Amino acid sequence: MNDFVGTGALVRLALRRDRILIPIWIVVFVMTAAGSAKATMDLYADPKALVDAARTSNASPALVSLYGRIFDESSLGEVSLFKLTAFGALLVGLLGGMLVVRHTRSEEESGRLELLSAGVLGRYAALASALIVSGATVIVLGLLTALSLMGSGLDTKGSFAFGLMWAAAGLSFAGVAAVTSQVTESARAANGLTAVVLGVAYVLRAIGDSSADGSTQWVSWLSPIGWSQQVRAYAGDRLAVLLVPLVFLAVLIAAATALIRRRDLGAGLVRPRPGPPRAAKSLRSPLALAWRLHRGSLLAWGFAFLLLGLLVGNIASNVDGFVTSDSAKEMVQKLGGVEGITDAFLATEMGMVGLLASAFGIQAALRLRSEETALRAEPLLATGVSRAQWLASHVLMALLGTGVLILVAGLGSGISSGASLGNMGRQVPRMLAASAVQLPAIWLVTALVVILFGLAPKLVTGGWALYGVFLLIGQFGEIFNLPQWMINLSPYGHTPRLPGGDFSVAPVLWLTAIAAALIVAGFASFRRRDIG
Amino acid sequence: MTSAIVVSGLHKSYGSTHALDGLDLEVTTGEVHGFLGPNGAGKSTTIRVLLGLLRGDAGDVSLLGGDPWHDAAKLHRRLAYVPGDVNLWPNLTGGEVIDLLGRLRGGLDEKKRDELLRRFDLDPTKKGRTYSKGNRQKVALVAALASDVELLILDEPTSGLDPLMEEVFRQCIEEERQRDRTVLLSSHILSEVEALCDRISIIRRGKVVETGTLADLRHLTRTSIQAELAGSPNGLAELPGIHDLDVQGNRVRCEVDTAKLDAVMRQLSASGIKSLVAQPPTLEELFLRHYEDDVPAEPEAAVR
Repeated sequence: MNDFVGTGALVRLALRRDRILIPIWIVVFVMTAAGSAKATMDLYADPKALVDAARTSNASPALVSLYGRIFDESSLGEVSLFKLTAFGALLVGLLGGMLVVRHTRSEEESGRLELLSAGVLGRYAALASALIVSGATVIVLGLLTALSLMGSGLDTKGSFAFGLMWAAAGLSFAGVAAVTSQVTESARAANGLTAVVLGVAYVLRAIGDSSADGSTQWVSWLSPIGWSQQVRAYAGDRLAVLLVPLVFLAVLIAAATALIRRRDLGAGLVRPRPGPPRAAKSLRSPLALAWRLHRGSLLAWGFAFLLLGLLVGNIASNVDGFVTSDSAKEMVQKLGGVEGITDAFLATEMGMVGLLASAFGIQAALRLRSEETALRAEPLLATGVSRAQWLASHVLMALLGTGVLILVAGLGSGISSGASLGNMGRQVPRMLAASAVQLPAIWLVTALVVILFGLAPKLVTGGWALYGVFLLIGQFGEIFNLPQWMINLSPYGHTPRLPGGDFSVAPVLWLTAIAAALIVAGFASFRRRDIG
Repeated sequence: MTSAIVVSGLHKSYGSTHALDGLDLEVTTGEVHGFLGPNGAGKSTTIRVLLGLLRGDAGDVSLLGGDPWHDAAKLHRRLAYVPGDVNLWPNLTGGEVIDLLGRLRGGLDEKKRDELLRRFDLDPTKKGRTYSKGNRQKVALVAALASDVELLILDEPTSGLDPLMEEVFRQCIEEERQRDRTVLLSSHILSEVEALCDRISIIRRGKVVETGTLADLRHLTRTSIQAELAGSPNGLAELPGIHDLDVQGNRVRCEVDTAKLDAVMRQLSASGIKSLVAQPPTLEELFLRHYEDDVPAEPEAAVR
């Protein structure tokens, strides 16, 4: 038991530190679930309308790959919440994983854990306390979600199945983060690895769900997010499936503790190798340094975006496999034939890829602040580097990086959809254009971080909050019946839907101009403020 | 004589705390200037204003003849800075950081770089995140000392170094003095400042309270004298500048204002000196004299 001494104290410390963060996350999830249920129930008061909506959704490859299948087309609860099943599980997983990294590797990297470890603290205390905090958070989140769904008028068993499958996703990724935190030396890398696993899990379930003939449905079972879907809340409530993530968590905890036994405090599993004693000739400008700092993450993201693009293009070529029933065929004709529906699918997916690329832009721009607070900006700004040059180096990485990512995804989707549809020459330029039009909105969101950095550096992480708001507006704005002016606040809503949709220049120019103005204002305000 | 740094009446506050409260500082070109004060006195804030990282609320600041806020980048090519807290990029090696910082300042003396690496016993192939605090500081020191610049601004550069490395650092600064480079050395280590600096400014609560050569400042302090005399001492108590006089038979103990030392010695030798111990004033005493108000008062004094 000595290995766990001090766990309780660390739990209290973590709860004290996160006393605002955790409740906010919980409230956001609970409100989103309850609000979404309520809004959809009002929308489909008529059972026939409900079934029609469910059929349309199941016939749309875009929706199925994005959100998953609706197992019971007549279930009010499932149709109301299917957009939050896999997607919500992804976000709860992100929360569960992030909390574990925050209280293990981040603490270790900063040296704070060393301070505590010199006191009476067991070897596993940090991990145990992080898992307790993270696990309790997602379980409370799940239970409150269940209660709020019951409050919205959905049935009890289904509501608990829904809340618990969210919690299960959180637990799975808390386990994943417990392992990644042992493997890497930096919290950034541990979070990155967890995010990669999340991304892979989401894609695996997309492959399983999109299987038109059912031959690859088993792939979903390789994914923790797939397990959450397979609980089938409001459509059978298979609570036994929840055992799978629990076993998964137990295995990961065993792995993490085995790793802890093998390593020193502060070290990762991978021993850092010595590097070059001299800098490369090219490392002689702030831009060269920024490239050096961002290139690792850009390469990883780029690889992921290429795969994502290839996958999206590949699913697009199977779209007609979804169209089996006569009513669906009729609907497809109305939507502009198979090409129309393929294009609609690709346009939706490109929008999602644009959202993902924005996360890179925000993260890259936030590097400015972390460099400043880690006191790494100061020595640079005490050389011949001007503030504008230094700021420009990271802003360029964010802007060009997102450009590269989105074009790589466009290229990948163009190649794979073109190859299977047999019109590569046409599809590649179309998809490149479809990806390029996402850029102005991505840049605008990145620019918001830049101006926050200049004007109110302490609030700079508010960039993520704005991003979250835009995401919610885009996903749920119409369901919630938000007024049009609010829906218009999200830059993503103004992006032309390509391929297939109408292209108008005006919104693209406007978005770009606003982004440029924000960046210029960010530069101007950064030149006037104190560093540090 | 020109001045590398002239600061007059500098104010800087963060919210309700006044970090700098009318600070004056002058560093003459070619001197090693000690900037002495306890933690939180405003040393680093002053240095950050000098580097144009912070903007003073009021007062004039001139650095190498320019305005550090407006001409920051231009002036920075002529100086090198070692921060008190050195943080390196986790995935860059020490050698890479030295080269990068040197190049961004406009050049590095290659021979000196190698020599300094050897003298400071620094492995340039290790990654930033694997260096200890002292080694991170060495990286910044090597980058600064190997740069071809007129002015070195060093903010508590030895706080993480072991005594051996501190000695190497002192030698390096001695060499810089011989090359007529200007050095502003902030420190709270008195012996270091005493050993290295031509002139010293003592800062307290955002103000410079004393400035001058060590000899100037010694004038302000007392030499302690213990003497055994041939005859009984007389007339000592009437002399100006004598304190804490303690006479027991032919033995005398006292503290003497250094400026008045001559008269006291005459008086003593008039009685015939058999043995004499004179303790020169230390910077420590001077320092403590200025800060005794800041040291928490004794409980009984607090009641009064």
